Amino acid sequence: MSVKTMKPFEYHAPHSMEELLEILNEYQERAVIIAGGTDVVPKLKGRVLSPEHVVDISGIRELSYLNYDEKEGLKIGAALTLKQLEAAEVVKEKYPALYQGCTSIASTQIRNVATIVGNICNAVPSADSAPSLLVLGAKVKIESSEGERVVPIEEFFTGVCKTVLKRNEVVTELQIPVPEKGSRSVYYSHTARRALDLAMVGAAVSGRVENGVCKEVRIGLGAVAVTPKRAYEAEKLVRGKMITEELIDQAADCACTKDCSPITDMRATSEYRREMVRVLTRNGLKEIAGL
Amino acid sequence: MKQLMRFKINGETVEAAVLPNTTLLNFLRDGLGITSVKRGCDEGDCGACTVLINGKGAASCSMLAAQAQGKEIVTIEGLSKGGVLSPYQQAFVDEFAIQCGFCTPGMVLSVVALLDENPEPTEEEIRDYLRGNICRCTGYTNIINAVHRAQELLKEAE
Repeated sequence: MSVKTMKPFEYHAPHSMEELLEILNEYQERAVIIAGGTDVVPKLKGRVLSPEHVVDISGIRELSYLNYDEKEGLKIGAALTLKQLEAAEVVKEKYPALYQGCTSIASTQIRNVATIVGNICNAVPSADSAPSLLVLGAKVKIESSEGERVVPIEEFFTGVCKTVLKRNEVVTELQIPVPEKGSRSVYYSHTARRALDLAMVGAAVSGRVENGVCKEVRIGLGAVAVTPKRAYEAEKLVRGKMITEELIDQAADCACTKDCSPITDMRATSEYRREMVRVLTRNGLKEIAGL
Repeated sequence: MKQLMRFKINGETVEAAVLPNTTLLNFLRDGLGITSVKRGCDEGDCGACTVLINGKGAASCSMLAAQAQGKEIVTIEGLSKGGVLSPYQQAFVDEFAIQCGFCTPGMVLSVVALLDENPEPTEEEIRDYLRGNICRCTGYTNIINAVHRAQELLKEAE
């Protein structure tokens, strides 16, 4: 067996944001950022990436946090590991879809070092945290030496492994608003194996149903388009309506015909993925409606 | 260019000149000769390369040696003391939770981390925690039994 080798690079481990932004500004597209490195290191070994500089942000204390308050909601720093995120009671309690999405990722060994910010920056269509972030209204805080901007998660992904990040920018925080009172959320990852497998289809649904009427709903899909995406057409069908099994079936049908464009690959065929979008969307909507 | 890096490995301070483009796995195996850390899939999917870093399991194939600087690394060699197996290792022997042995060092280290985090796990919790350690002999039942046996041995040792 041949051992894959990485091209030589210089390793940087800044200890402050100031130092980090300086490094990114200096090396621009020649630098790649890692936090846990679990997605990037295999890419370095496969030479999918061959940067001159690798910048490890895991030692920046000011990026390792999880804060929650009733006004601002949840704020997650870029160096917070998935395990640390899962361990927070507030995540389990108020953001069940996020908890389910994060625990679906890889294995204990990976989640001990990997971060949720890294999961979205890697930007694979099947990223398990992405559909949940889409339905929970997450925003992405991006910083550079020129300043900061905040981008809704819907606009963050631009293609397979592509994001809006410019070459001297870094994602520093995820912001997720307080869920509306009475709302629910859920995430399903459909995999062949229970662990260490990428989702054939991922689907998250959040919403609020009052006296049988769907007051708010969001549906997020993963692995069925070039980016994780909202199922806007299906959402439109149910929002503001009396929620019934028939309406849910119509919405699930719409999600799998109009809201996705899956491909066929080694994990599943396009037709199978569409069918699973129907099933998961239906299950999610039923869960939200308490049916 | 090689960089001087410092680690604590199985309780001993190790200083070494390491190329930054070296994985922790390659450093441990080729640099230090610790070949109990196995190269399985080499992509973070099989768990054979598991080591403990500050007490938590990590896939050493999917991280740079540089990322482990200043941290406490434990491999299977760090568990036994004076030729006496640790309760975790003894439990694997007692329950015959070993077939070809390739997954065993990583598996045992994951059990150390599991019981440290959750001293009385249910079977479901054990299976979920160990889902990142693949045994291609598929000897999982005895491995689950070994976790329970390790709990007993740890209690007896108290």
